[in-house]
Amino acid sequence: MILDYEVLKFIWWVLVGVLFIGFAVTDGMDMGVGALLPFLGKNDSERRVIINTVGPHWDGNQVWLITAGGAIFAAWPLVYATAFSGFYFAMLLALFALFFRPVGFDYRSKIANPHWRNAWDWGLFIGGAVPALVFGIAFGNLLQGVPFHLDNLLRPYYTGSFFGLLNPFALLAGLVSLGMLVMHGAVWLQLRTAEPIAGRAKRMVKLAGLFTIIAFALAGLWLTLGIDGYRVSAMPALDATPNPLTKDVEIVPYAWLANYGAHPWTLLFPVLGFAGLGLAVLLSLRDRPGLGLVASSLGLTGIIVTAGAAMFPFIMPSSTNPDSSLIVWDAVSSHLTLTVMFWAAVIFVPLILMYTTWTYAKMWRRVTVEEIEAQDHLAY
Amino acid sequence: MLDSTMIELSRWQFASTAMYHFLFVPLTLGLSWILVIMESVYVMTGREIYRDMTKFWGKLFGINFALGVTTGLTMEFQFGTNWAYYSHYVGDVFGAPLAIEGLMAFFLESTFIGLFFLGWERLSKRQHLTVTFLTALGSNLSALWILVANGWMQNPVGAEFSYETMRMEMTNFMDVVLNPVAQVKFVHTVAAGYVTASMFVLGISAWYMLKGRDLAFAKRSFSVAVGFGLASILSVILLGDESGYEVGDVQKVKLAAIEAEWHTEEAPAAFTLYGRPSNEDEETHDAVKIPWLLGLIATRSLDQEVEGLKDLMHEHEVRIRSGMIAYEYLERLRGGEDTPANRAVFEEHKDDLGYGLLLKPYIDNPAEATEAQIQLAVKDSIPEVAPLFWSFRVMVGAGVWMLLLLVLGFYFNAKRVIQEKRWLLRLFLYSIPVPWIAAETGWFVAEFGRQPWAIGEVLPTSIAASSLTVNDLVISLTGFILFYTLLFMIEMFLMFKFARLGPSSLHTGRYHHERLANPSAGMTPATAPQKQSD
Repeated sequence: MILDYEVLKFIWWVLVGVLFIGFAVTDGMDMGVGALLPFLGKNDSERRVIINTVGPHWDGNQVWLITAGGAIFAAWPLVYATAFSGFYFAMLLALFALFFRPVGFDYRSKIANPHWRNAWDWGLFIGGAVPALVFGIAFGNLLQGVPFHLDNLLRPYYTGSFFGLLNPFALLAGLVSLGMLVMHGAVWLQLRTAEPIAGRAKRMVKLAGLFTIIAFALAGLWLTLGIDGYRVSAMPALDATPNPLTKDVEIVPYAWLANYGAHPWTLLFPVLGFAGLGLAVLLSLRDRPGLGLVASSLGLTGIIVTAGAAMFPFIMPSSTNPDSSLIVWDAVSSHLTLTVMFWAAVIFVPLILMYTTWTYAKMWRRVTVEEIEAQDHLAY
Repeated sequence: MLDSTMIELSRWQFASTAMYHFLFVPLTLGLSWILVIMESVYVMTGREIYRDMTKFWGKLFGINFALGVTTGLTMEFQFGTNWAYYSHYVGDVFGAPLAIEGLMAFFLESTFIGLFFLGWERLSKRQHLTVTFLTALGSNLSALWILVANGWMQNPVGAEFSYETMRMEMTNFMDVVLNPVAQVKFVHTVAAGYVTASMFVLGISAWYMLKGRDLAFAKRSFSVAVGFGLASILSVILLGDESGYEVGDVQKVKLAAIEAEWHTEEAPAAFTLYGRPSNEDEETHDAVKIPWLLGLIATRSLDQEVEGLKDLMHEHEVRIRSGMIAYEYLERLRGGEDTPANRAVFEEHKDDLGYGLLLKPYIDNPAEATEAQIQLAVKDSIPEVAPLFWSFRVMVGAGVWMLLLLVLGFYFNAKRVIQEKRWLLRLFLYSIPVPWIAAETGWFVAEFGRQPWAIGEVLPTSIAASSLTVNDLVISLTGFILFYTLLFMIEMFLMFKFARLGPSSLHTGRYHHERLANPSAGMTPATAPQKQSD
């Protein structure tokens, strides 16, 4: 089946979103767990319990991130090129933080020395907290527009600085991202550990959940009142050969609300964000972390889609040369590439979900200190 | 124009992080299958020693795998961070195999690897074997897609340049997948990985035998690895030859550079065994040649010529001049003069656009290049010969050395006298680094031999980099060097520690160190809590 180019361009916007959400719900959860590790585990055995709740799965989960990166490369090459080179040091910061995870998980418990283990615990903390923060900061910058332009041969030039990325709104977006992943990780720990860790996790769900709700609300308010959006004022047909230099873009106050105004049903996304987080906190307090995990997953989805839908069709607006902005219709790959990739996703994503579910089912249990101490050399 | 120092540093960063990554990949590719073999024997025979073998070599596998994943992340980021124009220019073709690799292979490998380590108590025997198998399958499929992407850099088939989107676009996906260069590279590379893993298991097992420790364990491990290794090295060498044939067909420059052949010789060409190639003099000094051999390898015939570098450079000059026209008309088309006449001229010269872009380091608008600048670009159109010439010979030498060892190892193992051949066991031990030397020099030949191109004859490396500053690169490269050195030290420390401990690290109570510590426990599985953890 050959799908219309225009339809495929839209589908790939959805699919990239799906990969981001898959990342947040699975690997984001592991990052939350990593960020909580030094605080919720008071001694070595407790920390090993925490690590082993995600031990069998973190590696598979991380592939959501890697595949999201690969999909952006393949579906939106100019976005991959412009964002990764423009956000150079931010990307390297996230990358270097991610380095701590594979080695942290695998090497930490191989040596019994407490200094060794403590060092890796902080490594896992960095590997969880820093990328969560950086990805949020990146999103915060996208929403404000990024200082870059393209030359006539479509070479991207970034004219901002690393510290320019760390502006107040972007930092707030970073906190939303960190807060929601910490909460999500805490719900997971409440579900998969026993007392006293589960109790500490429960308190953390409440804390991080309320924090995220407030931060998300503030960010929404700030975005509405203080940040101008972007609007395409003229462009070629949606199924035209992609060329990001053929449109006109203007910076307009409240433009990021335009989609919500034009399609009021999309207001369900921010509602889902708030409701999911709120419900997750309530369910956690009532000791229903299983349902809580579903609720927090929906909450994350709501938050991510809220930002995506506000910007649609923009992916990476340019603040210094708005006409260079990268949008869903003109920063994409060819019709053939999108088609090939679409079928690859249709075949493999359900397969991935199936076998991932199987591995979770097989490893499902509450991890306890007794179990870890009994299986000293089998566990992470 | 991009800063040439920045490009140099970007190349250093990419080359060093890619070659560092490839320290860990080959062992993963091969050891995963060795684990499958060992565990299959366990499932079929029920003999515990094979389970212990799977677990112990699996431990070493894990130490290596963690760094493979860590350094693989860098590769995922680095095309975008440091090679932005490359990413834009070829992402339409190059990105697809990478994304499919994630979906089809990397998910599979990574999802099951956790169960391989932590699922022993929670899976049935057969389920666990399936998990091990899927991990191996995933890692090898990963290699397939990565090499489809890499093969396309060497031989960009199934794609065409579009002046409207200013990039290469895929025209036929199956051509990209079935690219002969990619297929040959895949088999050559994974088989080299199998050899690496075999040499690793053989070297460490040989050490146990030399020490007289855990003999039953060491001999069985040796037997599994020596058979696997011999079969693999034979295919590496056969397919290496096949890859020589493919290179001869589509990458004449690389072949001529490897052989330091400056002038086209009469067929069949001679193979240069030794020499001192010089790009400056366009000559190989003190060459020692074996008649006919090169012609046979590269063309499989006695009457076809292997083109020399000087003749190739003459051809390049013609193409550079044609590429200047292509560039001129590209600018016209993109500047709004999109007329049928302009398009016709552009189409005629389009295939040489890449050659025109070779002038970019010397002049912003290649269409206006001077004669002197053209000559400089012609000089640039072939890689530095000496490093290629030598690394290729090191790779082949390492391969032949391993073939010799594996044949001897296989023979004496089959005669059940391997334990007495202490000299051979010592050679196996000291040869543990040899497969890595072969793998790294092999990649060097493949990638350095591709220069000056990022994508063969399409996109010069000199314009593929991101618009960064020297300062950016100095900082990031320093970061990588520090971080990677630290990680390497930690990895080697753990590898040596666990290789020395041997199967005793499994805490079954059945192996050397634990039996020394507690001789009476030798016959029964240890159940007491372990003080020392692994």
